[in-house]
Amino acid sequence: MVPIAYYLVLSAVLFSIGVAAFLIKRNIITVFMSIELMLNAVNLAFIAFSRQWSQITGHLQVNGQIFVFFVMVVAAAEAAVGLAIIIAVFRARNTLNVDSIDLMKL
Amino acid sequence: MNPDLHLWLIPLVPFAGFLVNGLLGRKLPKAVVTTIALIASLIPAVQVAGIVTKFSSLSLPHVEHLGTWIAAGSFHADFTFQLDQLTLVMLCVVTGVGFLIHVYSVGYMAEEEGYWRFFAYMNLFLFFMLTLVLAENFLLMFVGWEGVGLASYLLIGFYFTRDSAANAGKKAFIVNRIGDFGFLIAMFLLIAHFGSLSFGDVFSQIGAHPEWQSGFLTAIALFLVLGATGKSAQIPLYVWLPDAMEGPTPVSALIHAATMVTAGVYMIARTHVIFDRSPLALAVVATIGVATAFFAATIGILQTDIKRVLAYSTISQLGYMFLGCGVAAYSAGIFHLVTHAFFKALLFLAAGSVIHALSGEQDMRAMGGLRKKIPITFWTMTAAVLAISGVPPFAGFVSKDEILYQAFLSPNGGKIFWAVGLLTAGLTSFYMFRLWYMTFFGERRTPEAAHPEDLAPVHARSDTKLTLEAEPHAHPVHESPWIMLAPLVILAILSVIGGFMGWPEGLGGGNWFSHFLEPAVKTVHMSYEQATVALATGGPNMPNASPAGNKQLELTLAAVSTLVAFLGWLFAHILYYAKPTLPARLADNLRPVYALVKNKYWVDEIYGALIVTPVLFIARWVLGVLVDRVVIDGGTLTAGYSAQGLGALVARIQSGNIRSYAGWLALFAAVLLAISYFGWTTHFYLR
Repeated sequence: MVPIAYYLVLSAVLFSIGVAAFLIKRNIITVFMSIELMLNAVNLAFIAFSRQWSQITGHLQVNGQIFVFFVMVVAAAEAAVGLAIIIAVFRARNTLNVDSIDLMKL
Repeated sequence: MNPDLHLWLIPLVPFAGFLVNGLLGRKLPKAVVTTIALIASLIPAVQVAGIVTKFSSLSLPHVEHLGTWIAAGSFHADFTFQLDQLTLVMLCVVTGVGFLIHVYSVGYMAEEEGYWRFFAYMNLFLFFMLTLVLAENFLLMFVGWEGVGLASYLLIGFYFTRDSAANAGKKAFIVNRIGDFGFLIAMFLLIAHFGSLSFGDVFSQIGAHPEWQSGFLTAIALFLVLGATGKSAQIPLYVWLPDAMEGPTPVSALIHAATMVTAGVYMIARTHVIFDRSPLALAVVATIGVATAFFAATIGILQTDIKRVLAYSTISQLGYMFLGCGVAAYSAGIFHLVTHAFFKALLFLAAGSVIHALSGEQDMRAMGGLRKKIPITFWTMTAAVLAISGVPPFAGFVSKDEILYQAFLSPNGGKIFWAVGLLTAGLTSFYMFRLWYMTFFGERRTPEAAHPEDLAPVHARSDTKLTLEAEPHAHPVHESPWIMLAPLVILAILSVIGGFMGWPEGLGGGNWFSHFLEPAVKTVHMSYEQATVALATGGPNMPNASPAGNKQLELTLAAVSTLVAFLGWLFAHILYYAKPTLPARLADNLRPVYALVKNKYWVDEIYGALIVTPVLFIARWVLGVLVDRVVIDGGTLTAGYSAQGLGALVARIQSGNIRSYAGWLALFAAVLLAISYFGWTTHFYLR
């Protein structure tokens, strides 16, 4: 049995990598990938806690696992919409650099 | 049970006329405007005539309740009209004289710009004036009171393109506000003490409490007097009326002579129950009245503008009415109000006819010798002059004599009132015949060869010409059309015979008017103890406590005042007809007095220096600059600019750079995490 702390540390590491990538990377597709990474880090934490919870109560607890499905559904929808937006942006501005897509600035 | 008289129709018909002419008049042809205006003023007159025919069968006071206006807790003010003898007299004057002046105006205003506007305002005035006299409570009366002020303002400023007219309108309005303030305070006191503003409620409560003497009733009465002095142009608030002559002449006749300015007298007579309980307030009314009568008459002597002479004469005659009310002879005051409405309206209309004949000339120094050229105007005006001067048996003689007689009988200082009143009667006779001689006798004078009085410095405002009032091009002198002359003739007849309504008992008459009016204005009797106490403490002016006059005395006094009237005539005859150079020499010899009177005692200037200038200073610098600019504007501007500055600062965060947003998000998420873990404390190291 692997202690829960391992999972959580892995999850935190993955999440931090996602955050760092999000802040550092300029290519909008890479940024998008880093978001997926953060989401999956969270999913891992959910699964880990779900298992832990089952062990403590002695019954099977699936709440965390169901949440993971929700997250995956949302992530899939987001990927569909997000990729469509990325294509539209690229067609309009001919670039994928987030620093040059700042038209909403005051 | 009285039949429903539909009293509400009386004021509402002129209001309908006002609405139609006011909203559509610009586009309507002149004939339609005229028809609407005349019908709107005729219908109330007809209705009042109908009421007169069945008046004797009514049980009075007849009250018609139309609905609730304001209800707050136990207090309520309603749309209620009432009819009693006093109301009826006022209704007859307002609708009768009002209609005649409407007819006259059709001729007088025929060639004016804004013909429709004029008639709309005139109808509006009738509406408010009729509301004023029909109202059954103080608040509804106040609506009419303010409304006639508004109509007066609009009509004084009828030629609003001329600065002097606009300023005169403002002056009238603002001076009246001071009086209205007194009226308002009186109403607040009434609500506080009686919980009601209805005449019936208040007066019956007072009647049920004979122990209420003076005290708060004096306070209420004095504030009402302040209101009355504003509306009726008495000292100290009379200054607006002479300037009000900037309006067209029919307006001066209707509003500033016959009806509106008598509202103060009407109000005192209406609330006489309060005044009866306050000898002090009555004494104040009488003193104000007699002082104003004398003071205004002296000013009238030296005025050269025909309308201004009449304006000061109006102030003076209103002073007589106040004197009548002040000695608790309300019916005498109202009687003079009625006869004055006849002859003063006539004087103004005749003066308007003279002005019309001379194509806008108002300066008497440029008149003269008009007797043969405008004979009908001359004869009607002669009737009015004889009436106001108190020549028997004309209307003015009877009513003025009644007031003087009652003043003479008044127990406290009545002889002084009588003496000053008599002197004023002489002055009145003098200045009226001066006007008569200067206008109609001698040779026509051109403005250049003006009367020698012209040598004295003339105050600029007293010489304003109404150049817009008639066509600027001089026509030959012409008599006015019949539509203007007919009202003159009717009013002249009334001025001659009007006095017989109240022909005094001392001269073989029945004094019908006073008996007719008595139920409405009779003084409420006090209990025996009250009367004794009041007499023992020397309470002056006890109602019904005045010594009974006798016919011998009345006859003597009438003879004396007739003599005085003829003396005034005689002096005017000598100074302005027989020896026309004499006035100039007199003026030279009495230079300081002459200058004082000629400049109207500098009252306008004194008010300007003592009141207007400080008020303007406070308004302009203290309130305008300090409070408005510095405090209010400063506060709001500071708030606005600081919000703008803060916004500009915060807007920098919104850089449009998605990674900087994410950075902020991550940073504050971390901060939140830290706070949720460590809690709100600075002592992290202690954990």
